[in-house]
Amino acid sequence: MSDEALIRLSAVAKTYGQGQAAFHALKGIDLSIAAGDFVAIMGPSGSGKSTTMNILGCLDTPTSGSYQFQGVHVERLAPRERTLLRRHFLGFVFQGFNLLARTTALENVELPLIYRHEPVARRRAAARAALAQVGLEGWEHHSPAELSGGQQQRVAIARAIVTRPVVLLADEPTGNLDTRTSQEIMNLISGYNRDQGITVLMVTHEPDIAAHAKRVIRFVDGRVASDDGNGEVS
Amino acid sequence: MLWNTLLLALRAIRRNLMRSFLTILGIVIGIAAVVTLVTLGNGATRSVSDQIAAMGTNQLMVVPGQRFGPGSELGAPSFKIADVDAMRAQITSARGIAPVVSKSVTAVNQTHAWSTQVTGTNDEYFLAGNWEMAAGRSFSDTEERAGKAVCVIGETVRDKLFGRESPVGSEIRLKGFSCEVIGLLKSKGQAAMGQDQDDTVVMPLRTVQRRLTGSQDIGRIMVSVAQGVSMDAIKLQLTSLLRERRKIGESENDDFRVMDTRQLAETLTGTTRILTMLLGAVAAVSLLVGGIGIMNIMLVSVTERTREIGIRLAIGAFEREVLLQFLIEAVVLSGIGGLLGIALATGASIGLAGLMDVPYLFDPGINLLSFLFSAAIGVIFGFFPARRAAGLNPIDALRYE
Repeated sequence: MSDEALIRLSAVAKTYGQGQAAFHALKGIDLSIAAGDFVAIMGPSGSGKSTTMNILGCLDTPTSGSYQFQGVHVERLAPRERTLLRRHFLGFVFQGFNLLARTTALENVELPLIYRHEPVARRRAAARAALAQVGLEGWEHHSPAELSGGQQQRVAIARAIVTRPVVLLADEPTGNLDTRTSQEIMNLISGYNRDQGITVLMVTHEPDIAAHAKRVIRFVDGRVASDDGNGEVS
Repeated sequence: MLWNTLLLALRAIRRNLMRSFLTILGIVIGIAAVVTLVTLGNGATRSVSDQIAAMGTNQLMVVPGQRFGPGSELGAPSFKIADVDAMRAQITSARGIAPVVSKSVTAVNQTHAWSTQVTGTNDEYFLAGNWEMAAGRSFSDTEERAGKAVCVIGETVRDKLFGRESPVGSEIRLKGFSCEVIGLLKSKGQAAMGQDQDDTVVMPLRTVQRRLTGSQDIGRIMVSVAQGVSMDAIKLQLTSLLRERRKIGESENDDFRVMDTRQLAETLTGTTRILTMLLGAVAAVSLLVGGIGIMNIMLVSVTERTREIGIRLAIGAFEREVLLQFLIEAVVLSGIGGLLGIALATGASIGLAGLMDVPYLFDPGINLLSFLFSAAIGVIFGFFPARRAAGLNPIDALRYE
């Protein structure tokens, strides 16, 4: 790792469909993100911010260009290797929480550890600790239906960070939450960035949410329109 | 990894109890229906063939007309005692030849009355029909020729008219005349068609003709063949004798039938076997309906499952791990359903076999077949939607509506 950048996108393009019906979601993105950064990605819908997020999260692959993660060319990896990358380095938080229904908070948080083949006792302890960190001590055995939106998103965050990922990817993490709860969730995410050095990549369209980030990247029409350190953002 | 995945699958089953229960229910009912009906059918077939075997395989029955069963055809005259005498004279290799005339009559002993079947015959009837005496004796030649009012009764008639007492020496009344009971037959149980063979009163032929039927006709003739003698040879002899006596021309068909018990056995077991197949087919429809039920439940839950698969893939599960989990889930569910179905069918078969008085026969073939069939349904409809979902991009699976 001679390169100091954790993530480097070079001329990344993404096209959906072919020929006449082709839609160019990304038209050549160059981006590098340092370890420990907290990046907010903003932009109107259709600007390519979610597509970028999916590529960064190894859930999708670019049509052309290269994506280096810790110096590894992700676009050259087999699907199985990309899965391993997600399993060991990434954590996800979604707008719609995406917890397993009828499954307790504890079991939801344990899920990524199961796929890492952690022994039961260790996995249970780690899941409990993660839930305690997000302030859900005592709620371990409640299912998502018995939790408020904010609590569900806390479970999702616990699930994302229980593996101690290098990068936490959050796609509109507060999109379904009220203002006060949103701030609580953002404080939680900021805390992980500040105290544990987890790199955070977050898509949002709310300026006051983006204000928690150290760096704000704006997308317009499949290109990067602006890339600022925070403070200059309205 | 397999153990881990098995635990995941079991957890998924427990989590979705209602869905799991409904899935299992279809399989349980389908398997139980098919296995129970086929098992009972097999039992009935066995029971029929057993009883025919008990009748002895060395028996021929001669009936007027070509039709099988009760009643006689127009233009097919009944036999007369002269036919029996002629057979006796000419077919020397027969062990016993017995004419049979039957009539339903109410028998009375003091305050007890019982409607039963009275058979008029000679004493060779007992030999030909494999009857043994439990008490008393059969009728003598003199009694036969004189048409005396004596009778031998079956176990059921004794039970209804005399209870626990010994009937020998007592008198019973039959349609206006008294009849002395001289013997009691050993119990034989139910016959092939379900009728009670012990519900019988046997008398000399002449007595029945004179006092009950009022005609010289003989309904059928039983011929018992000695061991080692060819049945077919005797059948041929009987046929040519009867054709001659009944003046049937070269070009005309027989107006009587000579049946052996083997044929009878084949006819009857063939019938029950067809019934078994019919019942099995009806039950197979319910298995199919059960299968469609499983399919529905699995398809309805595809949306939810697809999202779940998306979550698991995003979190870092291999496609293979997710597929294996869903496959195990489907196999475990179908397996539990299949075992419950077979357990239910076994219980129901044993219970119903007892009620219907047929033997319970375990048929591994049908158990295995219906188990495999429903397991296949469960696996196909549980696994294939999952396979499609696991093939999706995780992000598409997550957004699946």
